[in-house]
Amino acid sequence: MNLLYFAWVRQKVGKSEETLELPDGVSTVRALAQHLSMLGPGYAEAFADPGRLRTAVNQEHATFDTTIGPDDEVAFFPPVTGG
Amino acid sequence: MSATIKIQGEDFDIAAELAALAKGGADIGAVATFTGHVRADDGLTALVLEHYPAMTAREIARHVAEAQARWPLRGVTILHRVGRLAPGERIVLVAVAASHRGAAFEACQFLMDYLKVHAPFWKQEERGGVARWVEAKPADADAAARWRQ
Repeated sequence: MNLLYFAWVRQKVGKSEETLELPDGVSTVRALAQHLSMLGPGYAEAFADPGRLRTAVNQEHATFDTTIGPDDEVAFFPPVTGG
Repeated sequence: MSATIKIQGEDFDIAAELAALAKGGADIGAVATFTGHVRADDGLTALVLEHYPAMTAREIARHVAEAQARWPLRGVTILHRVGRLAPGERIVLVAVAASHRGAAFEACQFLMDYLKVHAPFWKQEERGGVARWVEAKPADADAAARWRQ
């Protein structure tokens, strides 16, 4: 799957994009975020408080309960601040 | 209805955009516009905007479709800049054409309120050498939620 990070999530993780094999047992955005939080100190910091994060699946706003599959694009970012 | 959605680094020419929008037809009697500028808040030296390119235009197009379903619109133009902007520069243009002013005014505000809380842009403020991510404001969420009541 394709993962994208924006704003301070990108800075903490240290990259804007990566591909990942969907880990066994991971079927929701929440479980994916938990998995990512264990990949290193930057990830741990970025995913420490899911309440501060928003997500999109396949370029549409989603929630942490949204179901995901191996070919999805999942993005993590803070609440948007455009306009 | 014509819809123009552009995400770009460079500035835009409001007069040219409005002229293009008004070309949509003889039944256009009202064009409402909103332009957002970079405020020089508390010694701000620059705003740096990033976005989610694969999602941004799609997300804004969904809001335009919703506006079109709610009001009889003849055309919409939404331009949003990204990259580094100095105080006083334009950031965003929302222009709505309709037969009558009520629909134009309301749809313009609706689109701006929705863009603020749904379109995937993020702003970083720079003051001197210090950068800080802008936090989302509850008032913006309230402004968008108002349209659901």
